[in-house]
Amino acid sequence: METDITQLWVYLSTKPLTGLTITLVAYSIGFWLYQKSNRNPMCNPVVIAIALIAFLLKMTDTPYATYFEGAQFVHFLLGPATVALAVPLFRQTETLKRAMPVIVFGVLFGSLVASASTVLLAWALGASPETLASLAPKSVTTPVAMGIAENIGGVPALTAVCVIATGIVGATLGPMVMNMARLKDWRARGFAMGVASHGIGTARAFQVNETAGAFSGLAMGLNTMATAITIPFLWHWIFG
Amino acid sequence: MIAAFALILVCQLFGEVISELFDLPVPGPVIGLVLLFFGLLISRKPPKVLTDAADNLLIHFSLLFVPAGVGVVTQIDRLKGDWLPITASLIVSTLLAIVLTAMLMSKLLPKQTDVSTPDSAKDAS
Repeated sequence: METDITQLWVYLSTKPLTGLTITLVAYSIGFWLYQKSNRNPMCNPVVIAIALIAFLLKMTDTPYATYFEGAQFVHFLLGPATVALAVPLFRQTETLKRAMPVIVFGVLFGSLVASASTVLLAWALGASPETLASLAPKSVTTPVAMGIAENIGGVPALTAVCVIATGIVGATLGPMVMNMARLKDWRARGFAMGVASHGIGTARAFQVNETAGAFSGLAMGLNTMATAITIPFLWHWIFG
Repeated sequence: MIAAFALILVCQLFGEVISELFDLPVPGPVIGLVLLFFGLLISRKPPKVLTDAADNLLIHFSLLFVPAGVGVVTQIDRLKGDWLPITASLIVSTLLAIVLTAMLMSKLLPKQTDVSTPDSAKDAS
């Protein structure tokens, strides 16, 4: 019986269907728990899904590459979804026209604070150069951040982990610290979430307030462009 | 729906081509975003199928980060060595960036005048 199950798993684990199914089931469990917890930000569906899948891979001794053969179909959608951000951005055209200089300034400011503070702090705590380069683009969406990390000598896989951790920290703790600072403007709150914690922060902002979500998407989209241009340039300029 | 999804993919494809052709540091999907945005500006009134397709893709945007996040299993050794600087700098810098940016934007964004979002107009003090 034991060997039958093992053989069955060996067979199944080579099928892309398994990795894809596991991803969707784990996320559904995470989302269900999130709703059960009255949308408590600490019950983030992404964290729950990643923890469940990582545990399963460890238990069954399945390599990440095997899992990714199925999960790549979900991963692929990151590209089209990034393009689709043009739609919520378009809905904010009026605001964009009225406040363009302020928005551009805000994005550059947030982007610089996010990457400079993380690199400085990690450096002060003794992180290796590869880790520093992997951390620098942590506030932009995964595919872009991985590209930037590669460009400046980081480890793209570590960057993916840092990007997702950043999104989770922003989505779970961000609203709390903004409440503590008595910041109430939904536009400013959403904007800050989008700049500092990309898609995961934006997903969270959309769940809380439509205006916050739109501003988050706007800030995230612009920050993606700003960071993709500024970090490689600054990095090569500062570190040669 | 299919036509809308095809249009999104076409934007991404053109984005990839432009990024590759001019050797830009900006990734293809981001250029695709810009292309679609300008397309929408020109058309003024985007077709409902397109906005529906985009909204559907974005509802569960966070799901799309799961496969990359599971990559944490390949980085255990590196995380063991540098876990303190990584954890501390991620948390501190993310929250710092959120609070400072939200403060700045609360001060700088023009006061809202339209009635469509009364919550923010009332609170933007």
